[in-house]
Amino acid sequence: MSADLKIVVVEDDRDRAISIVDALKDACVCDVVVIADRSGLARQIAAHQPDIVLIDINNPTRDMMEELTLASGPLDRPVAMFVSGNSDGMAEAAIEAGVSAYVVDGLSVQRLKPVMDTAIARFSMVRQMRDELAETRRALEERKVIDRAKGLLMKAKGIDEEAAYALLRKAAMDQGRRVPDVAEALVTAAGLLG
Amino acid sequence: MNYVSIPVAYMPLVDAAPLILAQEMGFAAAEGIALDLIAAPSWSSVRDMLAFGRVDAAHMLSPVPLAMGMGLGGVATEISSVSNLSINGNVIGVGTELKAKLDALGFSFDFHDPIAAAEALVQVSDGPISFGVPFPFSMHVELLRYWADGSALQKHGITIRTVPPPLMAQALAAGEVDAFCVGEPWGSVSVETGAGALLLPGKAIWSFAPEKTLAVRTNWAETEPDLLGRLMRAVWKAGRWLSDPAAHATASDLLSRKAYLDVSAELIDRALSGHLTITQEGDHRQIDGFVEFHSGAATFPWLSQARWIVERLHMANGGAALTDVQIAKIVRPDLHREHLAKLRCDLPGASAKVEGAILSSMAVASAYGQITLQPDGFFDGQIFDPEAKFPPKK
Repeated sequence: MSADLKIVVVEDDRDRAISIVDALKDACVCDVVVIADRSGLARQIAAHQPDIVLIDINNPTRDMMEELTLASGPLDRPVAMFVSGNSDGMAEAAIEAGVSAYVVDGLSVQRLKPVMDTAIARFSMVRQMRDELAETRRALEERKVIDRAKGLLMKAKGIDEEAAYALLRKAAMDQGRRVPDVAEALVTAAGLLG
Repeated sequence: MNYVSIPVAYMPLVDAAPLILAQEMGFAAAEGIALDLIAAPSWSSVRDMLAFGRVDAAHMLSPVPLAMGMGLGGVATEISSVSNLSINGNVIGVGTELKAKLDALGFSFDFHDPIAAAEALVQVSDGPISFGVPFPFSMHVELLRYWADGSALQKHGITIRTVPPPLMAQALAAGEVDAFCVGEPWGSVSVETGAGALLLPGKAIWSFAPEKTLAVRTNWAETEPDLLGRLMRAVWKAGRWLSDPAAHATASDLLSRKAYLDVSAELIDRALSGHLTITQEGDHRQIDGFVEFHSGAATFPWLSQARWIVERLHMANGGAALTDVQIAKIVRPDLHREHLAKLRCDLPGASAKVEGAILSSMAVASAYGQITLQPDGFFDGQIFDPEAKFPPKK
């Protein structure tokens, strides 16, 4: 029986980190550490001597981890970027899910696979939730701008809300633009003129 | 007209200009292509997107394809550097603590003399100086190491840490790094936000250093020669357009857009015009050729530049000692000549030169008469002959 896998997860959002750790612990016999503070990242990671490091592919601190791959780097055992491996399209699946993994040299695919399968599933889920949240926020912002533009039109032209919206929609169609874009232009222009 | 779309990854930096402007100014459209420009969050991400086929071309640090070929850094896809995207354009700066000490010493911040700057730094610091750089395989690291090797910093010692430029101010404040070497606009941003002051342009260390490269997967270059040619010509034309000072205002405006660099056009113009503000008190310095996209056959990927990078990487990190034949499969003057031939632009006759030997503009043999190469000297006056062994450390 080999020793527990040591996994480091780099993630500063507490809820996301917990969700990833829980999933990993269910999937394998492993010791999982979360690093949230990004100062001196490579040295912090080295202190844990992990077998696997998982990080969001869009995390800009990823470049700090590249030091792990240097011969003179902070880890004893050299590290390969997992995404370069060619094991059953795991790399492509990982990129698609938005997770990158750094794996120490010599770790077997059998031990790595359950961890990666879990990480890929969990990161996909988190990414999807984040995309949905961003979409909701954007829709809310646009709604606010459209309301302000409608208000401006109602006041300037003495028309009701429905007529104001119809006017915005017509302008958008005539110019081949989106209603929120036309509304934003109107609000900006009104701000300048006002 | 239908344009063939080519996905291209880039980091939001001033020297991504030839790619961004190839698209924005219609040079890509004139070649029948559209560049689908994807801003990346990190250099690792640019490399992975290219290596795993998410994009077909990328704005890349010139040492990265060579490091990959040497087996450094953990990703091993074959990448070709087909053109230099930019020459020079980095700045070395210090945090507020070192700045205050240098001021107290009476240091002039001449932004010119690396030897004097190194001596001043040694005088005001007790131990090794820690520099933040964007990526372990970069011209930033190579310039810092070369500067340290040939100056008072050698005995004193430097350490180099990777810190993404957006986090540099935080790392300086936390005392993780004392100084930095970054590309624009990050140097100017650090001055603007009061995080630091600029000490030297990268150019002061090596006056013609290949900074970013246009990188493609080697197998894509082989299977899509027609698209590659269109891409290279569009980018070359954008570089030529950028070399006219009259274009700087328009270029700065376009680059400053939220979708691209998302910083003020004024900050971007500083790098393009070489008119830099180096301290928060507003000291200015004018650096000709601060970043170069065209003049002096800037885009030409010299095998001798590649050999220099390989020797330096090998000294610091080990990795495979690439032969000339292996290097020529990564840095591709052959493809550069082949695909730019249609433009009938003038290219050098040779594919390698002695680096560091040109001290003032020099006319050299080329396909259509003569082209003028720009000075390519090193600050310590050494020359690098790619045919000879790398000069031993002093």
